Amino acid sequence: MNAPLPGPLNDNPNLNRWVAFPSPGKVTVLTGRVELGQGVLTAMAQIAADELDIAIERVTVRSGDTEKAPNEGYTAGSQSIQFGGIAIRQACADVRTLFLEQAAKVLGCKVDDLSIRDGRIHRNGTSTGQDYWTLSGAVDLTVKATGGGARKRVADLKSVGTSNARFDLPGKIFGESAFIHDMQIDGMVHARVVRQPNRGATIGAIDENAIRRAAKGPIEFVRNGNFLAILGADETAVEAAGVAAVNHVTWRNIEAPTPTQQEANWLLQRPVVERVFGAPDAGNAQSKERYEATYTRGYLAHASISPSCGLAIYRDSKLTVWTHCQGVYPLRAALAKTLKLEPSSIVVHHVQGSGCYGHNGADDAAADAAIIAMQKPGQAIRVRWRREEEFIYEPKTPAMVVKVRALLDDAGKPVDWTQEIWSPTHNQRPGAGGNLLGAIALPDPPPEPPPNDVPEANGGGATRNAEPLYDIPAKRILHHLVTEAPVRTSALRGLGAMPNVFALECCIDELAERAGQDPVQYRLSITGDVRARAVIEKVAAMAKWQAGAPGGTGTGRGIAFARYKNRAAYSSVVVELSVDEEIRLHRVWCATDAGLVINPDGVINQLEGGIIQSASWVLKEQVRFDNGVASFDWETYPVLKFSEVPEIEIELINTKDEVPLGVGEVTAGPTAAAIGNAVSHALGARIRDLPLTRERIMAALLKE
Amino acid sequence: MPKKFDFSVNGKAVSVSLDNEETPLLNVLRNELGLMGTRFGCGLEQCGCCMVLVDGAPEKCCTKPVWNVAGKQIITVEGLGNAARPHPLQQAFIDEQAAQCGFCLAGILISAKALLDKNPEPSRAEIAQALDANICRCGSHNRIIRAVEKAAAIMRAGASG
Ligand code: FES
Ligand code: FES
Repeated sequence: MNAPLPGPLNDNPNLNRWVAFPSPGKVTVLTGRVELGQGVLTAMAQIAADELDIAIERVTVRSGDTEKAPNEGYTAGSQSIQFGGIAIRQACADVRTLFLEQAAKVLGCKVDDLSIRDGRIHRNGTSTGQDYWTLSGAVDLTVKATGGGARKRVADLKSVGTSNARFDLPGKIFGESAFIHDMQIDGMVHARVVRQPNRGATIGAIDENAIRRAAKGPIEFVRNGNFLAILGADETAVEAAGVAAVNHVTWRNIEAPTPTQQEANWLLQRPVVERVFGAPDAGNAQSKERYEATYTRGYLAHASISPSCGLAIYRDSKLTVWTHCQGVYPLRAALAKTLKLEPSSIVVHHVQGSGCYGHNGADDAAADAAIIAMQKPGQAIRVRWRREEEFIYEPKTPAMVVKVRALLDDAGKPVDWTQEIWSPTHNQRPGAGGNLLGAIALPDPPPEPPPNDVPEANGGGATRNAEPLYDIPAKRILHHLVTEAPVRTSALRGLGAMPNVFALECCIDELAERAGQDPVQYRLSITGDVRARAVIEKVAAMAKWQAGAPGGTGTGRGIAFARYKNRAAYSSVVVELSVDEEIRLHRVWCATDAGLVINPDGVINQLEGGIIQSASWVLKEQVRFDNGVASFDWETYPVLKFSEVPEIEIELINTKDEVPLGVGEVTAGPTAAAIGNAVSHALGARIRDLPLTRERIMAALLKE
Repeated sequence: MPKKFDFSVNGKAVSVSLDNEETPLLNVLRNELGLMGTRFGCGLEQCGCCMVLVDGAPEKCCTKPVWNVAGKQIITVEGLGNAARPHPLQQAFIDEQAAQCGFCLAGILISAKALLDKNPEPSRAEIAQALDANICRCGSHNRIIRAVEKAAAIMRAGASG
């Protein structure tokens, strides 16, 4: 009996969906995961090279293509390496076994006598003249994976565990056409969409003449219901028209979000769906010491460096779409529904975009291009959102209110933990809980999706990391799923993990202080998880953590910890900073255990990115509303600058016998909470609302 | 009537004919000359993705009308070097794996080039300050700063050797 196949391989069992030998000396590995700047394709190549016994230079990874690559849903949730990687590993191991069996047949020997060196078959150590490519005609890879191929032992891995350089970086560094934005298709025209401000808004008047004057070049209008687009061969004219159209198209039924709605506390009075997870409420609640605190975070933008882009052409009853979204198959399904086409008549190709960190405008831009392409058969369409359009219309990560209630024993340790959350959904990906933006503007728009959030089996949305990993006898989550948000909300790096870990790890520090204990010691005293203890102890050693450093001096240190989704990578972060009117980050230390490390430098790169982005969220970021989304450019939505970035030191605890785990999201929560704890240490006063603005710092100081 | 504009890009004389003399240099580079290395990030002179050297000075070109650069010398990221002959900055960025998505890099390489032309031995703080004209959303900042430091050291060694 073979072990069950890894999930994605089970879903796409035919081996030719994963591996091909296209020409002598070359191997193509196919993956449903896509490159988002996280280096995943290089890591996949390393995995394949080891399992196939082949030099990594021979491996080309193709990804995110509904014609060829396997369907692995979304590239999200730090799951690519854990699930997608193991699928490739097993597929390659099965392929290698098939080739060895075929070689044994050809050579009239036993499989056990054979080995593979850089693709060449050796018999008892000498070359046989056979290799993957001489044999590939006779090996049928359309067969299903069996899981029978023996995967390499960790000790025998050669490429895995090394910091192989990323394949995709040189092209980007030399300024080649590396991104979807750089794609050129013969006869392509540029397009900008005049966005419907909200569901149900209808076009009043269009001042075509004014828009044409602003364009200073030929343009064309395309309209379908309340979906209005401007097309033309000259991008300069189309962009100018797109800008002008904002003021020269009027809309009815506008619902603009207000400043009151921008604050997390607005969520407290909204209609909700109640969800409860975990232990029943403790009956002895009255008899124990009780500690309660409430933490909030505002709406955030993904704020990708480049606005979204999509290309499409409809020709010979076939729609071809190019996109930088995270899931080509789910996008295909959503497009099929929107455009009333069979999925089989749509091909979706992934092309790299700028870092997205979750569900940004990518799917919607692709849908825009597809909607226009359907109205202009034979014409290649390129839609590139405007900067302002990206900020205003990308899905936001929801504001959240998190209230922690802890019952304490005589030693001041928690024995009962309730984390109560108010949050709109973290999932409006097309097809999985949301709609394509353009579809809502078409005649006969799809209905509002029913209230939903990411299932707990997938790590939860608002509830992600709401349960402390610590040894607390009773824990529960109360989730008030707010059913109406002022803006479309969806997945951003870590989903609810950042606000939840911020809340619970700040609260743990508050409890430590209350118990008169050092935060590091206090954490260690309530966790028996060996890997958790290891990262906490490691980061404390790295930072030369000293118990009892006096607080309120203007300089502070904070620590925090999380295990992502309580079942993936472990990470602990220490932050050192100073506060006067503003917060100045000095240094950050981070220890992470992500199981077997495929590419150490790649892992460190992602951890650094997660730390810096989280620091940016915490210090600077909140989407403002004022008669609409008022954060619409880099001045109204500032992010951390080069001169504001701290020095960062990271160490990996490489637990080689544990499954490899993704790390894109694990530092988001610990960084946020470590900053919160360090600010509290520096000020001698606690701020529980994010971002940590100058006003909040001043208010906290005045309260002291 | 299209108007003709002459300038140089990466050492080569170019001449473009355009109806709209307000066409931003960025669109000319990308859509007329096929030089895709310089990226569009905002079109608002805020992010630095479109940074080029204009007569040696770093300038954002997403709003810079083409008439404004007539007769001038433009250097884009493609003009720094290529895979066969990388500029020390480009080599250092590869060595340090100084990116995640890499979308910001072209503009950052140009800002860094302008800095090192002026100041061959910048401090970490000076590098950071020069790069404040550029946004990196992926959090690759520290690697990027390290790569610039490394390139500066290599260039100094080359200059003195
Ligand atoms: S694209 Fe020019 S500064 Fe952003
Ligand atoms: S590497 Fe993605 S924006 Fe800098």
